[in-house]
Amino acid sequence: MLEIVVISGKGGTGKTSLTGAFAHLAQNKVICDLDVDAPDLHLLLHPKHAREEDFYSGHEAVIDPVRCDLCGVCQEKCRYQAIDEIDGALKVNPVKCEGCKVCVEFCPAGAIDFPEKHCGQWYESETRFGPMVHAQLFPGEENSGRLVALLRQKARTLAEERGLGLILCDGAPGIGCPVISSLSGTDLTVAVTEPTPSGRHDLERVVELCGHFRIPTGVIINKHDINPAETAALEAFCAEKDLRLLAKLPHDLAMTQAMVQGQVITEYQSQGLAELVRKAWDEIMGMADLVKAA
Amino acid sequence: MIIAVASGKGGTGKTTVSASLASIWEEPLIAVDLDVEEPNLHLFLTPQIQGRREAHMEVPVADESLCTRCGACSELCQFKAISLLGEVLLAFPEMCHGCGGCLAVCPAGALTPGVRELGEISWGRAGDARFLMGRLRVGEAMSPPLMRQVKDQLNQMLAQTPADVIIDCPPGVSCPAVNSVMDSDLVLLVTEPTPFGFYDFELAWRAFSDLGKPMAAIINRAGVGDRAVYDFCAAQGLPILGEIPFARAAAEAYSKGQVLAQATPELNQAFRAIAGRVRELAAGAAAKEAAHA
Repeated sequence: MLEIVVISGKGGTGKTSLTGAFAHLAQNKVICDLDVDAPDLHLLLHPKHAREEDFYSGHEAVIDPVRCDLCGVCQEKCRYQAIDEIDGALKVNPVKCEGCKVCVEFCPAGAIDFPEKHCGQWYESETRFGPMVHAQLFPGEENSGRLVALLRQKARTLAEERGLGLILCDGAPGIGCPVISSLSGTDLTVAVTEPTPSGRHDLERVVELCGHFRIPTGVIINKHDINPAETAALEAFCAEKDLRLLAKLPHDLAMTQAMVQGQVITEYQSQGLAELVRKAWDEIMGMADLVKAA
Repeated sequence: MIIAVASGKGGTGKTTVSASLASIWEEPLIAVDLDVEEPNLHLFLTPQIQGRREAHMEVPVADESLCTRCGACSELCQFKAISLLGEVLLAFPEMCHGCGGCLAVCPAGALTPGVRELGEISWGRAGDARFLMGRLRVGEAMSPPLMRQVKDQLNQMLAQTPADVIIDCPPGVSCPAVNSVMDSDLVLLVTEPTPFGFYDFELAWRAFSDLGKPMAAIINRAGVGDRAVYDFCAAQGLPILGEIPFARAAAEAYSKGQVLAQATPELNQAFRAIAGRVRELAAGAAAKEAAHA
């Protein structure tokens, strides 16, 4: 089985629009949206939920005002300043609480409950391009890394059950918890960047992260014609780091127009940008063959 | 006043708006980059860095010779950062959230405080404004601990010399994003009028509404996409403080690292108008809060 994750470091470089098109072009795959915080792939694929499950992860501290004798030990022990005195009662601020249980452990009155946290929903769905696994973390929640790990596990199970050889994932922006979680055990990453100072800066960091995990990484330069000098700098960076340059795609509003129609670019048009995106996918498959052979 | 520039979706123009507002702000200002995973504000404000320090978090170091194998630490730890596997005590510092629970609960003194490097905090000046940023170490999974330290430093800077604050926030609506808007007086949501932009805008609006924060929208790349975000703002009574029209010239200016407000006289005028409305709204919000207190 082959697992490909499309990432970017910087948001808004075109990750999801391209992943949607690749989902159209790829054969025998499970599609997976690993951006559980602000997922967008479903806006192109319109999944029909076949299965919907609650995601529970971690716990949160809740002080029972009846049992609490206001000794303040919890406030003293909490390193996240998550406990405030409001109207003569001690209250845990759920946004600041890390769920570490230290206050629960040290409360002399045993006044702090520690219920499990319902952090989001995850789904197994059907789309016109094949099965899809995705999720929505509730606002403000952490543990997105655990939800990402769960989705990848579900995608693998689904691929095995249906005899599908590819898992194609849309990753999250950044280089933190959910991205690290989406990279572990991946065969190949595709980094989508743009020729801007932010695009280059963020690509450098995300490539360094892939290097940590020794994952082969290919690069797509999107909107390359916005700034030829920056594009040349990105190409030089790819050459220096031995990254395979998979494609250079022009800035084209057809991408946004397709999105507005709820379509991927390769459905929306057959020529122009769509043709270049098809070539990019062929390049990715070519790179995947090399990775599998190695 | 503290203004958080946030977005939900990445790449909608948070940094463009933050840098532009900072470049024309007339009051004393601290520009802060809290997008510690991928900080970009410095690429546009090109601050003169005057100081930097490594940021650390306390993690346990295990001394097996003192450990009595009571298991209290591994039982308490919610993050699988310390565990007693049979007779072997193992610390996994990269999993640690720095709560200090294991250190406090160990009856034998077998755990002592060590450190994990989270990243770097740097500060300096960008024109008339002061500048502050955090940069997460590549490979570090947790951004909130570093963000907390950047905010602590911001509070120290504000205590020395009061100023307005513009915060460039991370994308998304999960823990790091909510952390970064939590202490602000006004949340500016930067979006683009596309289905992706709107979906994530609505997520952000819902997330930050729960915090009871006053909010306003800025629409970038106006003219592409559709009208959904305009309809939504009208229905919710959410003020749209300004629109930045879609133009290839704007995209090219950004790609050269230019601050958009300095790119043309028209854009400069547009951002000055936005800044005026931001100040009005934030001052109104602060006054309301003061009346409540």
